[in-house]
Amino acid sequence: MTRYVVQRLLSLLPVLLGVTLLVFLVMQLAPGDPARIMLGAHANEESVTQLRRDLGLDQPWYVQFARWLGGVLRGDWGRSIQLKREVLPYIAGRFQNSAYLMLLAIFMACGMGVPAGILSAVRQYSPGDRIAMVLVLIGFSTPVFWLGIILQIVFGLWFGILPVSGIQTPGQAGTLDLLLHMVLPSLALATAPMAIIARMTRSSMLEVIRQDYMRTAHAKGLAERVMIGRHALRNSLIPVVTIIGLQVGYLLGGDILVELVFSYPGIGLAMVTGILARDFPLVQGAILMVAASYVVVNLVTDLAYAYIDPRIRYGE
Amino acid sequence: MGNEAVVEASQAASSAREAGRQAPDTRAHSPTYDVLRRLRRDHAALAGATFLLLVVVLSALAPALALKDPDATNLAQRLLPPGRAGYVLGSDELGRDLLSRLMWGGRVSLTVGFSAVLVAMAAGVVIGLIAGYFGGWLDPLIMRLIDILMAFPSLLLAIAVVASLGPGLSNAMLAVSIVGIPYYARIVRGSVLTLRSQEFVQAARVVGASHSRIILRHILANSLAPLVVAATLDVGWMIMAAAGLSFLGLGAQPPTAEWGVMLSSGRQYIRNALHLSVAPGLMIFLVVLALNFLGDGLRDALDPRLRR
Repeated sequence: MTRYVVQRLLSLLPVLLGVTLLVFLVMQLAPGDPARIMLGAHANEESVTQLRRDLGLDQPWYVQFARWLGGVLRGDWGRSIQLKREVLPYIAGRFQNSAYLMLLAIFMACGMGVPAGILSAVRQYSPGDRIAMVLVLIGFSTPVFWLGIILQIVFGLWFGILPVSGIQTPGQAGTLDLLLHMVLPSLALATAPMAIIARMTRSSMLEVIRQDYMRTAHAKGLAERVMIGRHALRNSLIPVVTIIGLQVGYLLGGDILVELVFSYPGIGLAMVTGILARDFPLVQGAILMVAASYVVVNLVTDLAYAYIDPRIRYGE
Repeated sequence: MGNEAVVEASQAASSAREAGRQAPDTRAHSPTYDVLRRLRRDHAALAGATFLLLVVVLSALAPALALKDPDATNLAQRLLPPGRAGYVLGSDELGRDLLSRLMWGGRVSLTVGFSAVLVAMAAGVVIGLIAGYFGGWLDPLIMRLIDILMAFPSLLLAIAVVASLGPGLSNAMLAVSIVGIPYYARIVRGSVLTLRSQEFVQAARVVGASHSRIILRHILANSLAPLVVAATLDVGWMIMAAAGLSFLGLGAQPPTAEWGVMLSSGRQYIRNALHLSVAPGLMIFLVVLALNFLGDGLRDALDPRLRR
C-alpha cells in the first residue's frame, strides 16, 4: 500500500506540471497586454514598456513560465490587478468558503443519495423505485443555476425562512448564521450528485443482491435488515466511492455558478469577477488552485478505493 | 456530469458488442431495425424524442411564425405577467415578448449544443483513431495530454478557455467542445484497441484492405453505438454548460435571445416578474431532460441486457 501511495504521488507530478503549464498558456493566449491593463488605457507607451520589462513580460514564454512556476512554488502567486493585493492569501480565504459549501453539498448528496438508492434497489420496480428513478433523471437534468434561483424564490421569497445571498447577516456572525447561509447554495449544488449517487448505489446494490453469498445469507435465515445492512451495503458501496470522487469535479464547476446566484464569496465568484475585469494573475491563481485541488481529490479517491476494497492490491 | 454519462455509455456499448459476439443474431432484421423497434416501446424515450422534435421544429420555424421581433423593445409594456393580450408569456424588463425570445433562444441553445457535440466528436474521433490505430509514440503522448485536460473539472476548463479567448457565444461554444474532446477520444481509442486485434479486422488486413477502408468500414462502424449514446447524453450537458457560461456573462452577450442570458437578466426582477426567471430555466431543464430520456432509451435499446 505504501508503495502504491508513493507511486501515485510521483505520477501526480507530471500531471500537476501539465496543469500549471496549461493554465499559464491559457493566460498567455488571452487578448490584451497585462502591463497595459495594469496601467490603464491612458498610460504612455514608455511606462508600459518599462512595466513590461519590470514584470519580465519581454522575456520568452518559457522563461516567464519558469519564473511564474518558481513563484508559485515559493508561495508568490502574484498580485491581483483589480484588488491590488497578494493573490494567494486572498484566494486561499475564498477557497476555504467554497470548500465549506462543497463539503456540506457532498454530505447532503451522500446522506440522501445512498439511502434512496438502497431503498430503490431493495424494492426494485415498486412505485417508490420508479418515482425515485424519475426524480433522479430530473435531478441531473436541472441546471444548477436555475435550481438556485428556484430555491431563492421558494425559500427566500415565498416562505422567507432562509437567507438567499451572502455568507453572513451583518452583526450576527456565527456558525449557525454561516450554516443557514450555506443551506440553499449547498442544496442546489448537491442535487445533481445526489441523483447520480442514488442511481449508482441502486445499480451497484442490485448487482450485489444477486450474488451467491446473498442467497446463502437469505437461506440461512438472516433478517433482510441484517442482509442489506451488513452484507450488501458494504460491498455495493465500493463503486459508489468512485462516483462520489467524480462528483467533486462537478461540484468544483457547479460551485462557480451557485456562488454567482447566491453572491457567496467563494473562489468561483472571485474567478468570474476576475475574468470579467481581466485580472489575469487572480484568474490564473484561482484556476490553478481549483484544478490542483481536483487532482488531489482524485488521488484521495483512488487511495480510498484501495483502502476499502481489500481485493485491490495496488502495486503488488 | 457529462463525463460519467460518456463513460457509462462507452461501457454499455462495449458490453453490447460482447453480447453480440456471444449470442449471434439469427433474426432476419438489421441491427438498426431492432434498435428502433426496442426504442419505440420505451415510452420515456419516445416522449423525450417527441418533445425534442417539437422544440427543434418550433425553433427552426421561429422566423417564419407570426411572432414579435425578439429584440424589439417597448418600455410601455415592460414586465407584463403572462396572459396579457399580445404577450402570451408576458414581457421582459425592456418590454420584449418572452415567448418570441424563448423560441429564438432555442435556436441559439440547440445550435450551440448540437454543433459543440459534433465538433467535439469529430475531433475526438480523429484523435482517438490516431492514438488507438496507429499507436506508436503518439499514443502515450496523446493519452498524457488527455490526462492533463481531464485533470480539470469540465466547467472550469471551459471557463479557462473562455478566459483565454475572451467572452462571446462562439468562444463559449468552442470552449465546451474542447472540453468534450478528451471523452470522445477515449471512447474511440478504447473501441479501436479492442477491435484492432479482432479476427475480422485482421482478416481485412490480410486481404489487403487499406488503412482508410479498415478504419471506416470496420473500426468506426463498430464504434458508432457508444458514440451515439455518448453524444445524445452529451448534447444536454453542452446546452447546460453553454447556458451556464452565458449566465456567468462569459458566453452569449445581451441583448442576444439566449436562455442563459435571459435567465441572468431575468433574475434581477425576481420580486416582480417571476416568469422571467422561471421560463428560460424551465426550457433548458425540459430539453436536457428530454435528451436524457432519449439517451437512456438509446442505451437500453443498444444493449437490452442493461435494461433497468
